Amino acid sequence: MPVSSGIGRRRFLAGAAGLAGLGVGAGVTAGGAAALRPAPTECTFGSETVDFHGDHQAGVTTTPPAHVTYVGVDLVPGANASVLGGILGIWTDDAARLTQGRPSLSDAEPELARLPARLTVTVGIGERVFTVADKEKLRPTWLRPLPAFGIDKLDPKWGQTDLLVAICSDDPMTVAHTVRVMVNAVRTRIRVRWVQRGFRESRGAQADGATMRNLMGQVDGTVQPDSSLHDSLIWDDGSAQPWFAGGTSLVLRRIAMDLDGWAELDRRGRELTVGRRLSDGAPLSGTSERDDPDFTAIKNGLPVIPASAHVARARRTGDRDRFLRRAYNYDDPPNGAAISDSGLLFAAFQRDIDAQFVPVQRRLAEHDALNEWTVPIGSAVYAILPGVREGEVLGSALHERP
Amino acid sequence: MTRGMKGKQPMTATQFISTRLFARAIAGAAAVLTVGALTACGSDDDASTTLTQAESVTLTDQWIKAADTEMTAEFGILTNNSDNQVTVTGGRSDAAGSVEVHEITEADGVRSMQEIQGGLTIPAGATVELTPGGNHIMLMDLTRPIRAGDQVTITLTFADGSTLDASAQARDFSGNQEKYADHETSSATSHAGE
Repeated sequence: MPVSSGIGRRRFLAGAAGLAGLGVGAGVTAGGAAALRPAPTECTFGSETVDFHGDHQAGVTTTPPAHVTYVGVDLVPGANASVLGGILGIWTDDAARLTQGRPSLSDAEPELARLPARLTVTVGIGERVFTVADKEKLRPTWLRPLPAFGIDKLDPKWGQTDLLVAICSDDPMTVAHTVRVMVNAVRTRIRVRWVQRGFRESRGAQADGATMRNLMGQVDGTVQPDSSLHDSLIWDDGSAQPWFAGGTSLVLRRIAMDLDGWAELDRRGRELTVGRRLSDGAPLSGTSERDDPDFTAIKNGLPVIPASAHVARARRTGDRDRFLRRAYNYDDPPNGAAISDSGLLFAAFQRDIDAQFVPVQRRLAEHDALNEWTVPIGSAVYAILPGVREGEVLGSALHERP
Repeated sequence: MTRGMKGKQPMTATQFISTRLFARAIAGAAAVLTVGALTACGSDDDASTTLTQAESVTLTDQWIKAADTEMTAEFGILTNNSDNQVTVTGGRSDAAGSVEVHEITEADGVRSMQEIQGGLTIPAGATVELTPGGNHIMLMDLTRPIRAGDQVTITLTFADGSTLDASAQARDFSGNQEKYADHETSSATSHAGE
């Protein structure tokens, strides 16, 4: 590393020591001493927390932070309601502490708990748990495998698991530590089936609340239920299963993207496929992202938004067939001759999968221009447990003795 | 020895009572920290004179290391809310043949665990942390496997004969090894011989 002759070695070391290991060498140029004393960088969001306790679990309607790790685990053979209760007890305690920037009780790396950066921990349970716990009568009717869709090429590798933990934070260090802590504390009671990591634009790279882009370059997730509709469209009201009031459902689909095939399509073709402009996500019939698409607009005798476009096929036809989308991108190491393994961890939250998610997915499976470049390769559904108050354990109706 | 000792303002007499009642009611761990919020109205300055050592102490953040056989350890935070020193002399649990208070000592570069002679003393108003690699409650001759998620009730015994019951949840944990790989002094052997 070239160090300008005007700076003695001793002074360089003194300056470097003061910078506490921040790759300082890169900043050393002929400019001299000024480069050794950059303005201290302000810490911004590391200490930000999201409440853990409440009517609902965090991590659903919460503004999505930049990183997610989904961990799908199965209960060990022979597990029962008591084993389930033990796991959920530990996870509840861990989540209550870690999300507030405090180490877990058995945290072997407590320093890694100090920067929650909007950490949320969200726990879901799969259909089989109700059998294991001998609580079939408490199972929401929609908690069952999705119908088979013609477009699916599901790999069991990414399939249904007994339990799901979704861990989100703006700091990937925090995500990794939280995953490690929570799995480690119950490692003899579970088996990790899969881990799916996802990301969005980094915190601070664009305005908070801006719609994410996926790796096909599209603005992804513009149309969402207004927060005034969360109680009716997302959160269960307990009318069918009183214990489940405040819970919701998650459909998690791993959707592989054929980025090589997509690369063969020009921008016009890409925009007609989705029905939105690539530049800003505006519908082809409008001028800005939030404009309602006009599916009747005609130009030169042709629909401005083709009937086969993704937005045309996905649009709701009534009040119920919609849900909250909370996708993250994935970009994993490729296998074989491929140069990438990329796609979307598509997450849909809704009160009732059958009434809300399935009709939309049926339409898209039947026809959606985007299907040529996207393939669902993983699919699982979970009941996202209701939130807890301090001192309560998640899902207690499933494991407490009556 | 009182590793991790911190000074702490003594609680009021009514807080003592709240703490005691709460300690009896509590089944799980963490929530004990909310004890301050349970303080009742009014005060009774005479109450402190009747408090036993166990009633003066709170155990919070307690957990136990899962183990199939032989022995394991409980960790947590012991706080003496009184103006008098207290001493934990041992304990009992239906999950273990015996329960002792252990410390880790270092002699000639060799670390080993042993029972604290005379018990674990907590000065007035002080907090003592029971941690992997530090002071801990040792459960020996386990009567059954203790698996992650299990709740185990452990009764701590104090020098005045009073007792404090608390339930601790078991966690899978690889630390607090009874044998130290570098030295193999096998405090496990000494445990077994006690």
